[in-house]
Amino acid sequence: MADEVVLLDFDLSMFCIRVKIALAEKGIKFEDKEEDLVNTKSALLLQTNPVHKKVPVLIHNGKPICESLIIVEYIDEFWKDNAPLLPTDPYQRAQARFWADFVDNKVHEVAKKIWTGKVEEHEAEKKELIENLKQLEEVLGDKPYFGGDTFGFLDVALIPFYKWFSTYEKVGKLKLDCPKLIDWANRCLERESVSTFLSDENDVYEFVLSHRKRIGVD
Amino acid sequence: MAASQEEVTLLGVTGSAFVCRVQIALKLKGVEYKYVEENLGNKSDLLLKYNPVYKKVPVFVHNEKPIPESLVIVEYIDETWKHNPILPSDPYQRALARFWSKFIDDRVVGAAWKAVYTVDEEEREKNVEESFEALQFLENELKDKKFFGGEEFGLVDIAAVYIAFWIPIFQEIGGLELFTSENFPKLYKWSQEFVNHPVVKESLPPRDPVFAFLKRRYESLSASK
Repeated sequence: MADEVVLLDFDLSMFCIRVKIALAEKGIKFEDKEEDLVNTKSALLLQTNPVHKKVPVLIHNGKPICESLIIVEYIDEFWKDNAPLLPTDPYQRAQARFWADFVDNKVHEVAKKIWTGKVEEHEAEKKELIENLKQLEEVLGDKPYFGGDTFGFLDVALIPFYKWFSTYEKVGKLKLDCPKLIDWANRCLERESVSTFLSDENDVYEFVLSHRKRIGVD
Repeated sequence: MAASQEEVTLLGVTGSAFVCRVQIALKLKGVEYKYVEENLGNKSDLLLKYNPVYKKVPVFVHNEKPIPESLVIVEYIDETWKHNPILPSDPYQRALARFWSKFIDDRVVGAAWKAVYTVDEEEREKNVEESFEALQFLENELKDKKFFGGEEFGLVDIAAVYIAFWIPIFQEIGGLELFTSENFPKLYKWSQEFVNHPVVKESLPPRDPVFAFLKRRYESLSASK
């Protein structure tokens, strides 16, 4: 039976990129439906994600799944026979989930306060962001990937943010200090799934600048 | 079941809904464990060692390997002790269970607390509205099931212990009529089933001390107005 896989997408969203990378790693073909989030949300988005009204939404044979990390786990569990993303050991799985949540709460949320706000009011967040990325470097250690020898769940969770680092620095007037993460990111970029879907960092910068103008902080 | 050499420890505080989630999971699986009561006003070296990132409870330690974050812990417990499953086996149902559990953390826990424990009137009202909206989503999701997990309770029910036991306590303290059988008949009925389930009943903290503690917090909040 042919699977119908549809992704409600926004190409600059790091969360959507996670899903696209996961699908690509598994070799799954999908229909990519770009949402115009700046102007209006489509009826399909509102119908399939009435709770949060956000992308990404994966619609698999008509059944919607929301929240990027939950979608990635679903992809990993449904198409379990190739390219496993989560490790098999329960403790390693717990670690991967813990740190993926950390990326959401302690990298994304913290950084977002900076790039959507008046930079001078967010000195604490700037420090926190720098520290939290260093923390992730410690988690990576000497491994080639967060998943160990293989590209895994936590790699998928974090890599879309790599193309936002230069924007964090420019907009936030800060200097990140995570050379090991840069090496790791470049290693990830050698994978077709990553290089195909990761944003162009200039597009990210332009998006953030126009967003800031629109909300009136610049 | 558990190997005789296993060391299972839970760092917690009495009265924490997040710790309770873990206790329910452990009780369901029949896992013996050592409980360590933490003093959050004076955090132990053990807690700081095992959860340096957030410095919070619960922290679950299995054979000296620590895991923080209640829902991550509950999934770990489910994967390690496989009988009496907490998550369903179907990937789509699992995704739904994770979605609604996360929803409770993101949209219910904070808003419901702030619906009572906020001094500013406008801010409090906003949180009452948000709580109401969030609980309505859960009411709709429950439909006519006995538990969110179906015939037996699962991940979402465990996550929702906050709604079943804690919200009624602090809404009574704050004089707020949010979670009632009039407003949410199905969810209310669920909460009665859930808190009276033998496994859950044995895992809940005693109500009076929790009430007293939360009441003191409420009074000190109004006093600081």
